[in-house]
Amino acid sequence: MPPERFSVTVEVQLRPGIADPQGATIERALPALGVRGVSGVRAGKSFRFEVDATDRDDALSRARLVADRLLANPVIEESSVTVGAGPATV
Amino acid sequence: MARVGVVVFPGSNCEHDAVAALSRLGARAELIWHGATSVSEYDALVLPGGFAHGDYVRPGAIARFSPVMEPVRRFAADGGPVLGICNGFQVLCEAGLLPGALQKNRGLRFLCTTVTVRIDSEASVLTRGVPAGTELRIPINHFEGNFTCDDRTASVLRAEGRVVLRYVDNPNGSVDDIAGICNKGGNVVGLMPHPERASDPLLGSGDGNVLLAALLASLETSARAGVGTG
Repeated sequence: MPPERFSVTVEVQLRPGIADPQGATIERALPALGVRGVSGVRAGKSFRFEVDATDRDDALSRARLVADRLLANPVIEESSVTVGAGPATV
Repeated sequence: MARVGVVVFPGSNCEHDAVAALSRLGARAELIWHGATSVSEYDALVLPGGFAHGDYVRPGAIARFSPVMEPVRRFAADGGPVLGICNGFQVLCEAGLLPGALQKNRGLRFLCTTVTVRIDSEASVLTRGVPAGTELRIPINHFEGNFTCDDRTASVLRAEGRVVLRYVDNPNGSVDDIAGICNKGGNVVGLMPHPERASDPLLGSGDGNVLLAALLASLETSARAGVGTG
């Protein structure tokens, strides 16, 4: 079967309980913007890339490897991987 | 004469300072490109400060995969002294050679100032023979210097005497005021302050020489004892 190209999004966030001064600063700035009622702001990173894989599971396992070994530091961060549709045959 | 290799990653910027400071203390210090696949000719290694690989993703996250890191890992596993300064400390944590992680400073400020640190343990190659309680004035220069680890790791570090240096006045929010730690063997040491930048009173402080001289002295001792890694 020819490989398909899957689009991947990896979101990286600080683990719960790890201080997030950036998120806290954003949250404190919101009243000055006139926005009320916002809490629990956490800052993170988002990475997007494409993976040529035989199927979705193959794409997911390779994307997880990238997320776990490079994009997130498990000591302080956690990641979530989303694999989109893979319509295009390469 | 002790031969010390100072690893240069793309984006390192304190390698010449490290070479100069170590040379003035009598070592034969040389630069090693990060693509090197062997480090066996050195008695000690230094991972210097800077922004390895642009600090992209996280400081040290990409440097960890530089070719030189595999021989560095073997060198450390054989008991070879490895010193990580600032960015080098971040690289050692990312590589798993030291526990924990360096997070953004509390207060989100880039800190460039001279701080007082106190020696907490003589059990590392950087502090052997330097009495605990000794205070040194050494510059810091970092955005991600906030040492972070879980409670269990922190208590292990304390119990095993692996907190090498503490800040007297914690500038960045580090757990337990930690400025530097070592591995279980005491041969891998990471610290955020820059001893190589405190290598002459003309630079504002010569206190960094206390640490660098202790490192070089520990090499002499291990060479005499026949446990040097050559």
